Amino acid sequence: MKLKTLLLGSVFGALLVSPALAQQISVKAGVLNDRSGLYADLSGEGSVVAARMAVEDFKAAEKGIKVEIVSADHQNKPDVGSTIARQWYDQDGVDIILDVPTSSVALAVNQITKEKNKVHINSGAASSDLTGKACSPNTVHWTYDTYALAQGTGGAMVKAGGDSWFFMTADYAFGHALERDTAAIVAKNGGKVLGAVRTPFPGTDFSSFLLQAQASKAKVIGLANAGGDTINSIKQAGEFGIVAGGQKLAGLLVFLTDVHALGLQTAQGLVLTESFYWDTNDQTRAWSERFSKAHGGKKPTMVQAGVYSGMLHYLKAVEAAKSKDSAAVMAKMKELPTDDPLFGKGSVRADGRKMHDMYLFEVKKPSESKAPWDYYKQIAVLPAEQAFKPLSESECPLVKK
Amino acid sequence: MFELLGIPPQALFGQVLLGLINGSFYAILSLGLAVIFGLLNIINFTHGAQYMMGAFVAWMCLNYLGINYWAALLLAPLIVGIVGVAIERLLISRLAHLDHLYGLLLTFGLALIIQGLFRNNYGSSGLPYQIPPQLAGGHNLGFMFLPNYRAWVVIASLVICLATWFVIEKTRLGAYLRAATENPTLTQAFGINVPLLVTLTYGFGVALAAFAGVLAAPIYSVNPNMGADLIIVVFAVVVIGGMGSIMGAIVTGFGLGLIEGLTKVFYPEASATVIFIIMVLVLLVKPAGLFGRPA
Amino acid sequence: MADALSAEVPAGGLAVTETTKGTERLHQAIFIGLAVLLAVAPFLAYPVFVMKVMCFALFALAFNLLLGYGGLLSFGHAAYFGMASYVSAYTAKNWGLTPELAILSGTLIAGILGAVFGSLAIRRQGIYFAMITLALAQMVFFFSLQTPRFTGGEDGIQSVPRGKLFGLISLADDRALYYVVAVIFMAGLLLIYRIIHSPFGQVCKAIRDNEPRAISLGYRANRYKLAVFVLSAALAGLAGSTKAIVFQLASLTDVHWSMSGEVVLMTLVGGLGTVFGPIVGALVIVSMQNYLASLGAWVTVVQGVIFVICVMLFREGIIGVISKAIKRPL
Repeated sequence: MKLKTLLLGSVFGALLVSPALAQQISVKAGVLNDRSGLYADLSGEGSVVAARMAVEDFKAAEKGIKVEIVSADHQNKPDVGSTIARQWYDQDGVDIILDVPTSSVALAVNQITKEKNKVHINSGAASSDLTGKACSPNTVHWTYDTYALAQGTGGAMVKAGGDSWFFMTADYAFGHALERDTAAIVAKNGGKVLGAVRTPFPGTDFSSFLLQAQASKAKVIGLANAGGDTINSIKQAGEFGIVAGGQKLAGLLVFLTDVHALGLQTAQGLVLTESFYWDTNDQTRAWSERFSKAHGGKKPTMVQAGVYSGMLHYLKAVEAAKSKDSAAVMAKMKELPTDDPLFGKGSVRADGRKMHDMYLFEVKKPSESKAPWDYYKQIAVLPAEQAFKPLSESECPLVKK
Repeated sequence: MFELLGIPPQALFGQVLLGLINGSFYAILSLGLAVIFGLLNIINFTHGAQYMMGAFVAWMCLNYLGINYWAALLLAPLIVGIVGVAIERLLISRLAHLDHLYGLLLTFGLALIIQGLFRNNYGSSGLPYQIPPQLAGGHNLGFMFLPNYRAWVVIASLVICLATWFVIEKTRLGAYLRAATENPTLTQAFGINVPLLVTLTYGFGVALAAFAGVLAAPIYSVNPNMGADLIIVVFAVVVIGGMGSIMGAIVTGFGLGLIEGLTKVFYPEASATVIFIIMVLVLLVKPAGLFGRPA
Repeated sequence: MADALSAEVPAGGLAVTETTKGTERLHQAIFIGLAVLLAVAPFLAYPVFVMKVMCFALFALAFNLLLGYGGLLSFGHAAYFGMASYVSAYTAKNWGLTPELAILSGTLIAGILGAVFGSLAIRRQGIYFAMITLALAQMVFFFSLQTPRFTGGEDGIQSVPRGKLFGLISLADDRALYYVVAVIFMAGLLLIYRIIHSPFGQVCKAIRDNEPRAISLGYRANRYKLAVFVLSAALAGLAGSTKAIVFQLASLTDVHWSMSGEVVLMTLVGGLGTVFGPIVGALVIVSMQNYLASLGAWVTVVQGVIFVICVMLFREGIIGVISKAIKRPL
């Protein structure tokens, strides 16, 4: 009898405090990326680790937000990616999809997210179309894009005297976009493009193309490719004495994991643009140390850092909107300033572009590197307004109005 | 100075040489496939994975055991060859009496497993392997800068290819092999251990793949997918040369490397496809390949 | 659907002892069971997933028609599947064709492509046949890669409209589309069933088992081979075109050689040369890819292990094993 009253009492008690409990929001986040292919190292499980860390750091549970994280492998194929995205939204109750490297898959997921009215925060893909002509009210493009890469590496190289260029372009849309954006920047800064060669994708032997690049006598060889193609072309450029012969290599899309794969001996002197490097300040170092412990000793790439930062901002927006309704959350995400230990202060623009500074790095010589993963020295900071395409030039229909 | 289709002749020499260098990988790999096909009648889809294993074993030797490139060049083919022998004994030999198709499917499955396991352990962006110090640097030939290592690749693969050809075509062991290919039952009746011969042949073919893998390690990144990208092309090479023909595999390997190299100059976008175009043309004119005997 | 079979099945409910009649009965029962299952499936499972299974099952059925009954191993079936999906996606998106016309045009193009490639390939046998089909398919892949205006390069043709069937019924709803796909699938299956059991199918099997003998009996083997090749290519095209409408996407994945490998796997797992095997094979492989997606690289390993186990232990495939156990062809 006593027990029963006790139970009843607690039930009533629960009912009394129910206004507080009603605020319990449960969010399901899906990390969709490459877990087996070319981009598995720069995104993959590391992005899932980063998303989990964001949930921890936000102390979501204490704030009444229950977060569940699921993950899947899109194998860099748009059909696989769109099937998973559809199923997550339709079937599994996923509210937000994060990461999605590979532009073709990102564009497909962008489309489906809009159709199903959910939220997509992209970290891994490069295509500036995500905030350009394919922009969507439901997508935020977080970490970088082809425009920013071209601005960073292209602009800086020309200013440093590299005024004639030859492109080695991976023969697919991403490579073409990167070449087009960079060539525009080079021309704008008074440089000249002497030629370009389209390399079959994916390729292993680039020596023939390097020889053509060498024969062009261009001061800079722009590598408009990614992943294994970049690694192999840099490696073989070293072998053929391209750098020793006075020509410079510009890696238009190089990640920390690529430099790790190349080794400093081969990669030294390479100039590249990224939005995050673990060894920038105390905060990034502390965070990266934690990441590294959770992810087999590997340091985070900018893509993984972007997933963390994006997830954190999303949770902030959910807290502020007191709901996970996509329109409300998107509005809050664009309204609230972003602030986190990795990217510092920033904002999300109307077209879905996340604004933050980009950094120009040079890869260290083996003698300069003091510890494992000590790879970059910073040579310039590109303020956000310069790095990303200005709204005035935007092709995004959300902006024109 | 005359130009050929807008390309100066010096540049063309360079490209021809590079084509030959790439051809030497095709030659060793297709040689291994041809040897295996000749005796086992199996299309070894695992060949690409075994090539990749060769490169990885060399990397492991260096990073875990401190064994240098030269020792790895011997050790890796041996280790991978032993793995191949185990695969042949445990799996492939059980399919000997069945259609070719099953051998192909089995080795395809094995390739998926091996590549998946390496990807899980070592990631997919590849691992660095430096060119051995003895071969670092290069020479300026006037028309191009030839890295010493590439020169070594051509020489090493030519030697291996010719040695293999010699052993199979000119020695007693080779005679047994050819006899077993022709008529296994009769050869067995003459007191030659054909199953053992088959196993060792598979091991040898695999070792060739691993050897190519070690050769490739310093110039291509050591990557779990390195074989998968190559295997389809190497198949085409073997088919064009004539399935099972030793000389055919070698000559076609170098020849197609050359053609591919020239395509990279004149129509780079097509360089990954040109081999398949040639394959269709050759098969339509000469059904058994350039050097194969008509069935 | 029972109409197609009723002519051969006695109307009475008497127990039929003769094996062939019993087999026909069994097949009829399976067809009905399958139709019922498909009718209720969207209420039990996620319709998009079931549609994917049906598209791949149809693809595998088409492949099995060629390999299992024609004895021809094509290593380039992705060419027909993928090209058809491009044509269907392109016509639906850029010409505004209704879905049924888009699907038909894709199927037609695949059939034409099949006729051209088939007439080249059937001149050779065995492994050379497989290699020619592979090489031709690689060229289709190259073409797709090099014509981004038509194929959209590696982005593929995205956001293809599902449109209105016959210009009347909107297919935007998954369920509506589902039943259209189910009808296409059943029609394809019945067609293949009819082909296999027709005199034409009998000749194909005779050629598969002993070509010189079939020729000496007066059959023009090459004509039969070409016909079965074209049929298989067109049906693969039907599957590809439908997939493009379902997923609103046509991409390079569909023309890549690994797609040709995947369809071999499906057919092998289900049971080569069985009527229903490819359906089961497609179901197994597609579910695996779907539900194991979070395993990442382990999916490849698991797939490889299944390949090896199938080849070593279950060469007849799932349906093949069942068919042996009940001593009835399935």
